Amino acid sequence: MNRIINHPILDEEKPAKEVLIFVDDKPIVAREGEMIAAALIANGIYVNRYTMHKGKPRGIYCAIGRCTDCIMTVDGVPNIRTCVTEVKEGMRITTQKGAGVWKEEGRQ
Amino acid sequence: MENSLKITGAPSLEELHRSPAYPPEDRLKKGPIAIIECIEEIPCNPCEASCPSGAITIGDSITNLPRMDFEKCIACGMCIPACPGLAIYIKDYNYSDTKALLSFPYEYYPLPKVNDIVQAVDRNGNILCTAKVLKVRNLKSNDHTAVITIEYPKEFFEEAVNMKRL
Amino acid sequence: MIQTELAIVGAGPAGLSAAIEAGRAGAEVLLIDENARPGGQLFKQIHKFFGSRAHKAGTRGVNIGRSLLEECDKLGIHTCLKGEVCGIEEGQNLWVVIDRKRSEIVKARKIILATGATENATAFPGWDLPGVMGAGAAQTMINVNRVLPGRKVLMLGSGNVGVIVAYQLMQAGAQVVAVLEAAPRLGGYGVHTAKVSRAGVPFHVSHTIKQAFGYDHVEAVEIVELDSSFNQIPGTEKILDVDTVCLATGLTPLTELAWLAGCEFKFIPALGGHLPIHDDRMHTTRDNIFIAGDISGIEEASTAMEEGRLAGINAACELGYISDEEAKLRTKEIWDSLNSLRSGYFGLKRRNSKDLMLQTGKEVI
Repeated sequence: MNRIINHPILDEEKPAKEVLIFVDDKPIVAREGEMIAAALIANGIYVNRYTMHKGKPRGIYCAIGRCTDCIMTVDGVPNIRTCVTEVKEGMRITTQKGAGVWKEEGRQ
Repeated sequence: MENSLKITGAPSLEELHRSPAYPPEDRLKKGPIAIIECIEEIPCNPCEASCPSGAITIGDSITNLPRMDFEKCIACGMCIPACPGLAIYIKDYNYSDTKALLSFPYEYYPLPKVNDIVQAVDRNGNILCTAKVLKVRNLKSNDHTAVITIEYPKEFFEEAVNMKRL
Repeated sequence: MIQTELAIVGAGPAGLSAAIEAGRAGAEVLLIDENARPGGQLFKQIHKFFGSRAHKAGTRGVNIGRSLLEECDKLGIHTCLKGEVCGIEEGQNLWVVIDRKRSEIVKARKIILATGATENATAFPGWDLPGVMGAGAAQTMINVNRVLPGRKVLMLGSGNVGVIVAYQLMQAGAQVVAVLEAAPRLGGYGVHTAKVSRAGVPFHVSHTIKQAFGYDHVEAVEIVELDSSFNQIPGTEKILDVDTVCLATGLTPLTELAWLAGCEFKFIPALGGHLPIHDDRMHTTRDNIFIAGDISGIEEASTAMEEGRLAGINAACELGYISDEEAKLRTKEIWDSLNSLRSGYFGLKRRNSKDLMLQTGKEVI
């Protein structure tokens, strides 16, 4: 478990509501208001996507929404920067391969 | 070692002995004294205002090295948590026949408890000896900088500066 | 279209300080930030700041951030969060995309760009593996998101960012296996390196990373010694068992908007590269655009706050809310403070660079 509890400087925050999100169809417990990438790291998931040409794994690099290494497909929309996007109850996240695929409701 | 600070990260005793805030040997072993290991000119002066005896001087230019008036220092310890660089501690060579005292700033969890046996370390983190925790103070007014007091064998007097993290 | 008197892009220490000064003077301010929360890098700085009492020395960065935000709230500063400024038209109209959903044009009489900086990348084979990240990225994860991105960390770079983040990683429960520095001397303040050293972390000067290994995550790195020309010395390689590599190899100002606006630039490597030319009022070569903070040169939060105040005061003056005399007086006071922050062994290089910039600013603006 990678959540930091009992930090010497940062005081305990009041516990945030837990939300359930799905990563590659696997249910993951996240905290309301946290960034997707943080929720994944808290649960030991470090690979966000695989590159288009060589299929190489990528994970967070800048963590402030500038580099796009952390992008994943979220609720059918690809290329979402997970380090600056908050989790929502029931969110469906998939490890993106390459540029991802747009999946609109009722259309492919 | 010359230039130890910029090569190993920690100052050597030779570098420290040249500093105006490091007590000369006779004062060092005379009784409780605050020691400031800040030997570079950086813009910083909270230590000066923290001393109720006015023993610490920085002066008008905030990059001046801190100077200690060893006569004025009463080793009250107010400077220890005030230094943003955690560079100040207090030592007492004469705590007992065999033991010296060290009070140092500490910002890790878990904190030790009084009477715990811990490992005293030198400036490069090497373990020197065991030490007993006498006091642990984590006052709200010190904003999460705890001050820990340990007693440790006199033969490691100058080398010991902290304890190994638990 | 949103109309305002002063638009400030970036709600970090520089932008917040500018908003406070301009707001206090009575100007109508719109503070825009792309993040969900303001504060820029301040809320990651959990260590006590240096400087003098006036610079809030001894106060943790997070608390300085909180007090700046409280002041902004008290003054009723309008803030537009999740607002990404994507463009600047005719040097005056800001194109803002809000919450990735809607587009807005902000028409402002004066603009302050306080967009900060970005971490530099250092490439080596394997640098794209998960587990290799900026030092600032690790700092964001531990201090803001409160998750540990790794447990055995190699820090590349011994400047203040590297050594401070190394210390904070240990506070968060990680182990720092080593700090590498390519130069023959460590870069950060001695008091910062001393804290890390007495925690048992070895520093290796004249070293760098040769490559990182791992299947889908960093599992080990190979480090190597460098000669006086920074070439790798064959035969000096060592393998270290790590799961995270943090890169603390400098920052570069985020100057896109200044380029788009047509500001003139000057190249000053000591401050991070290409910088918009500014004068002592933080005015650029575009007559309605000011800059403040790391965008004007890589320094610290304390100088960012002072530059923010300078920009806020002078923008408010040009809008008619502060008299020329008062603006001049307060400008001089702030420069005295900035000069004291830029003194001593570490500050001198920045002081000389800023003097060079001001000289150019005087000639060109």
